[in-house]
Amino acid sequence: MSNIDPILLLSAIIIVSTPILLAAIGELVVERAGVLNLGVEGMMITGAVCGFIAATSTGSPWLGFAGAALGAALLSMVFGVLTQLFLSNQVATGLALTLFGLGLSALLGQGYIGVKGPVVPDLYLPVLRDIPFLGPVLFRHDAMVYIALFIVLGVWLFLNRTRSGRVLRAVGENHDAAHALGYKVVRVRLLAIAFGGACAGLGGAYLSLVRVPQWTEGMTAGAGWIALAIVVFASWRPGRLVLGAWLFGGATALQLALQASGGVQIPIEYLQMAPYLATILVLVILRAGRAPGSLGRSFHASS
Amino acid sequence: MTFKTVLLGATAAMGLATGAMAQDDKTKVGFIYVGPIGDLGWSYQHDQGRLAVEEEYGDKVETVYVESVPEGPDAERVLTQMALQGADLIFTTSFGFMEPTMNVAAKFPDVKFEHATGYQRADNVSTYSARFYEGRAVQGLIAGEMTESNIIGYIGSYPIPEVIRGINAAYIQAKKVNPEVEFRVVWAYTWFDPAKEAEAAKALIDAGADVILQHTDSTAPQAAAQEAGDVITFGQASDMLDYAPEPRVSSIIDNWNQYYVDRVGAVLDGSWESTDTWGGIDSGMVEIGEITEAVPAEVKEAALALKDAIAAGETHPFTGPINKQDGSEWLAEGEVADDETLLGMNFYVEGIEGDIPQ
Repeated sequence: MSNIDPILLLSAIIIVSTPILLAAIGELVVERAGVLNLGVEGMMITGAVCGFIAATSTGSPWLGFAGAALGAALLSMVFGVLTQLFLSNQVATGLALTLFGLGLSALLGQGYIGVKGPVVPDLYLPVLRDIPFLGPVLFRHDAMVYIALFIVLGVWLFLNRTRSGRVLRAVGENHDAAHALGYKVVRVRLLAIAFGGACAGLGGAYLSLVRVPQWTEGMTAGAGWIALAIVVFASWRPGRLVLGAWLFGGATALQLALQASGGVQIPIEYLQMAPYLATILVLVILRAGRAPGSLGRSFHASS
Repeated sequence: MTFKTVLLGATAAMGLATGAMAQDDKTKVGFIYVGPIGDLGWSYQHDQGRLAVEEEYGDKVETVYVESVPEGPDAERVLTQMALQGADLIFTTSFGFMEPTMNVAAKFPDVKFEHATGYQRADNVSTYSARFYEGRAVQGLIAGEMTESNIIGYIGSYPIPEVIRGINAAYIQAKKVNPEVEFRVVWAYTWFDPAKEAEAAKALIDAGADVILQHTDSTAPQAAAQEAGDVITFGQASDMLDYAPEPRVSSIIDNWNQYYVDRVGAVLDGSWESTDTWGGIDSGMVEIGEITEAVPAEVKEAALALKDAIAAGETHPFTGPINKQDGSEWLAEGEVADDETLLGMNFYVEGIEGDIPQ
């Protein structure tokens, strides 16, 4: 334990948690609108490949991220149209979206295996980066780390401080009442789903453009499912979401750092289990997790 | 991945329907891979072997493959489909396919199976593997000479004998050329997960390692090392030449081509029987990828000399005196490890710190 550098560990945690934070904040908005989209993994991997393709063909990582958001949002619209217009079962459609996304991304990525993408530079923050301890931990990352945190802040402001945010929550809590008040339930939900897709896409692109950075099939390897767990852990609140992402990211980073430092004291399986146990504890003991009232239910104006 | 498996399953089912009508005398050879053939590592090399078979026998054989097959019940399903589809010979190319292979082989006594890296055999099941540890020894020598921090990082996949053997073989050589050397092993619990592998590599680099050895299949650790700078790596399973001359300074290449060609040939002429093959550098199954100019000439020379000595049978990577981690004697002076111990190796040699997860 003693030879783990806390600065490097904390800085690693922030990096590791960024893709799941991005995907989770998108899913949080979707679920707050009353839609359960289990296709996060599929949208992430599609974002990863779209981002990689866009970045390598234009040479700009930023266009890559834009492409990732766009590609994954388009894919999420498949889910949106099926569940909102054709009223298909959300769970089944979401699972299908994951499988579809995995296959589609493998197809799109055929010619990009082993190709090197453009480098995403670290953001140079003068003064801040030189603060002892906090500097290397917080202020020496690439821009996407901060963009992710700004998105979370924006979502919090949107949900709690704006009228449209309250409309979205109303739609999620009770879609019949929201409909009776004259809100466009389906339109709100489609927009939320597209936002969720775009965020998942950014998360995927963070993997293929920053963390790995290259395209390989199946590279998200379950990150989308962790994002879903974090939303529940956070009991659908943006602030706790950041905590949850750091907890899950922290478990990954810590177990690797523990092993790398030589001499593991704790069997790593326990560390891998820890965040999931925490999720269950939060749900059961704290009774904090109350899901949006209409979560996962189909809406039709006639019913 | 699962989606593709399903899709291939559906194609397989259609193939079954039409295959029954158009009976031909082509020998059908199936392959199942644990990762995507685009991993540029383990599965990629097996697929190169499949292509070599096609090239060698042309119209006489037909090959089919399913990639990204999870180790477990899915594998059994895929194997059953392949057998039903009329495959004459099936290569199952990962350790975790052992049980499924044995189960399906028992149900289809007329179909021949070849399981890579396993130890269970039957009348219609052969096993084959390569002595990767010979290559690991060569890597260990280069790693020990090249490290400046004296910390060598090792990304392990699963704590199974094959992987432990590699760690030990590399450590023994590294220690020989550099008594100060220290190994840090991170178990990734995956054969293929680029994000996790990159993370493991970064954790090792953060812990001070300036040489990374990997027993996982993606090129992600290479990319991580390249980003970090001043860290060297070795290609695993495949050459990973995209990362040469640095960070990748050499590699272990699995070359299954000749073996696959030979075994398919044996089926064609009816001489196939259940065997156990364990080929090393001498048989060409294990190749050492080009050692780049990042390695000083004298180190390169020493590495190649070791490689030649192993190939010629003059040196064995596990030659005594070697103690086990707990200090008890394993091999006496001059004694050479027998294959049985190597195949079941579940201990570190003296000097490696940490426990092998159980």
